[in-house]
Amino acid sequence: MLHVISPIMRVIEIPMLALQRVLGINKLAWVFLFPNLLLFGLFAFLPVILNVVYATTGGDNVLLADRPYVGPRNFGTLMDCSNYLDPNSCREDKFWRAVWNTSWFVTLQVGMMVCFSLLTAVILNGEIRARGFFRSVFFFPVLLSPVVVALIWKWILQREGVLNAFLDWTGIGGFNWLVDAQWAFGWSVFISVWAHMGFYTLILLAGLQAIPRDVYDAATMDRASPWRTFRRITLPLLAPTMLVVLVLALIKGVQTFDEIYAFTGGGPGTATTFIIQYIYEEGFAGAPRLFGLAAAASLLVALVLILLTLVQLWANRKNANG
Amino acid sequence: MNKKLMRTTAILAGLSMTASAVAAQEIRFQCYSDGNECEVYEDLLSRFEAQNEGVDVIVDVVPYQAILENLPVQLAASTGPDLAKVTDLGGLNEYYLDLTPHVDASYWEESFGETLNWYRVGDRQGIYGLHSQLTITGPFVNATLFEQAGVEMPGEGATWDDWAAASRAVIEATDADFPMAMDRSGHRVAGPAISYGAKYFDADGVGSFDGFETFAEAFVGWNEDGTMARDVWASQGGSTYADAAQEFINGEVAFYYSGSWQVGRMDEQVGDFFDWQVVGSPCGPAGACSGMPGGAGIVGFEGTEHPEIVASIIDFLAAEENYAEAAARTRNLPAHLGVAAAGVEFENASPAAQAALNGFAGALPDVSPVAFAYQGYSGNRAMFGITVERLSQAIVGELSVSDAMDRAASDLESALAETQ
Repeated sequence: MLHVISPIMRVIEIPMLALQRVLGINKLAWVFLFPNLLLFGLFAFLPVILNVVYATTGGDNVLLADRPYVGPRNFGTLMDCSNYLDPNSCREDKFWRAVWNTSWFVTLQVGMMVCFSLLTAVILNGEIRARGFFRSVFFFPVLLSPVVVALIWKWILQREGVLNAFLDWTGIGGFNWLVDAQWAFGWSVFISVWAHMGFYTLILLAGLQAIPRDVYDAATMDRASPWRTFRRITLPLLAPTMLVVLVLALIKGVQTFDEIYAFTGGGPGTATTFIIQYIYEEGFAGAPRLFGLAAAASLLVALVLILLTLVQLWANRKNANG
Repeated sequence: MNKKLMRTTAILAGLSMTASAVAAQEIRFQCYSDGNECEVYEDLLSRFEAQNEGVDVIVDVVPYQAILENLPVQLAASTGPDLAKVTDLGGLNEYYLDLTPHVDASYWEESFGETLNWYRVGDRQGIYGLHSQLTITGPFVNATLFEQAGVEMPGEGATWDDWAAASRAVIEATDADFPMAMDRSGHRVAGPAISYGAKYFDADGVGSFDGFETFAEAFVGWNEDGTMARDVWASQGGSTYADAAQEFINGEVAFYYSGSWQVGRMDEQVGDFFDWQVVGSPCGPAGACSGMPGGAGIVGFEGTEHPEIVASIIDFLAAEENYAEAAARTRNLPAHLGVAAAGVEFENASPAAQAALNGFAGALPDVSPVAFAYQGYSGNRAMFGITVERLSQAIVGELSVSDAMDRAASDLESALAETQ
């Protein structure tokens, strides 16, 4: 192998040495970083800049050259509200309905996700029969495409779906789950938890298995009850992992779109319209296409996600420093 | 050896030049189907290709959603196809290729008359689109359910209230689920809304929801009291389209308000399951009994590298014999006045489908001039979307009807301001 690589390296060495002579050893690092920076700039940084530019323009043209500069008007439209708690008092009521729906969704979904993932991880970490099988079962929904998840549950919950057929058979009688705002929202939370729980369970399971066995042995010798062991040993030692799970679930929760869009389309009315769907509909699905308003809304979402990421970084650093 | 190499190079160069010459005449046609339209066009266009050597028309069959959502973005970014089948007739006008210099304008004006205006906006008054599929909205009625219930169908001139009462009586007497259903679409409610007094335009000819509230009150009321299938409008969000065709086909709905493009589907899928028929659009308190015209058209785009070929393709499809054949094979109402006057023998259409298509064609004179104007209005897609969103919110109780109408008016004002 070496006899193949050596000649190649000798060939590469010539221009690299020349470059080093010209740029100096410190600046040479930029040459190595350049391909990665180029990709990052093209696919991450440039879109962000473009988004900022679009957010300050109006009209329905795609090309920037055809879009008039409107300054912060789009942000003003989104924030024009006499009472932020009441979307009906806002100029862009659909945006604030989406904001509040997302807030409620994230609160419920993340809370349930963390609780159920923890419970499942603790159970799967114990000495139970067919443990490997159950670990796979809980992880399986994570492998499904969001659209498949949505279609499966739509098939179950629609008026003439599997659940209503079962309820009819038992004599309880069916219910139009997807036409009632509260039920549609509740099912959206449930489906999202069902679809993603396996991923967080896996992270928590890894965290549980990293807790040294001897701590539990000491607790057993001290005759600590299982609940006390869980509260005083498992939870504190699992806290860093739980924090990661919490922040990841929060970020993912704010970004919720595809499976709920395919499941309810955001309805009934706007009951399950979340912020990313609002951005999609304003920018791409509706007429006229309000790219400026959609860009402004997406920057506000980005701001929230940046804050959440900073919290995660801060928490990680705090944990790392003990 | 050198000579051989040179000869081979020359042949290869010649071949590649020929290939690029052929490739230079490759025309891409973005098409969506309600039934078999793209298949029929592909067949017709193979004849065009045979008559025009070197032209290769590639029919890209895409979902309707792609025409609504992706095509406008492609056109704005100058990456669109050469021609396409579209439904946002006036809305995409700025991208249309004017066919006037390439076709016999007098033939087009005589043959397509009013529908040509649907593609025109402001100063752009050329010939832009071949209206390939004329549609009109109207009701399908499950005659078997009426018969089983012993309820007489309301006759000519019956109102929406008459049909609502009769349909409710049918459901009470049978085990069907819904008296009435209407597609979740701003286009579909437009005809009934006009019959209830919606003006759709203000005094300056600008889009407006003046007079819409009367229909909105009635429609929301029907959804609340179970007259309308609430699932169709309430189980979706945004302005997403949803129809109730499957419910009608399953025999769950007595009266289904949709349009002529569903005839093929009804013909194929209902079969002998029950008897169905098309009746004229019911009348409203404003005195009109209007449906809403519409449909799809084939347009060329200015961005094409081959405007003459694109124009000749559209002109070929507009020729009376080709147009008549397409209408017969796709079972669509003809917008070509000559073809319509001669009558179309729709291929493979059952007597029920034939009667339904004739029924829809017969309802055309009842269509209000407001409906024709609304169909040609460049802001109609924005208005359709706003109608669906705000009416749905009123149906599920997020907004009162009056608040929903206020919101609709302010949404429209913002939309018009953004597009100016």
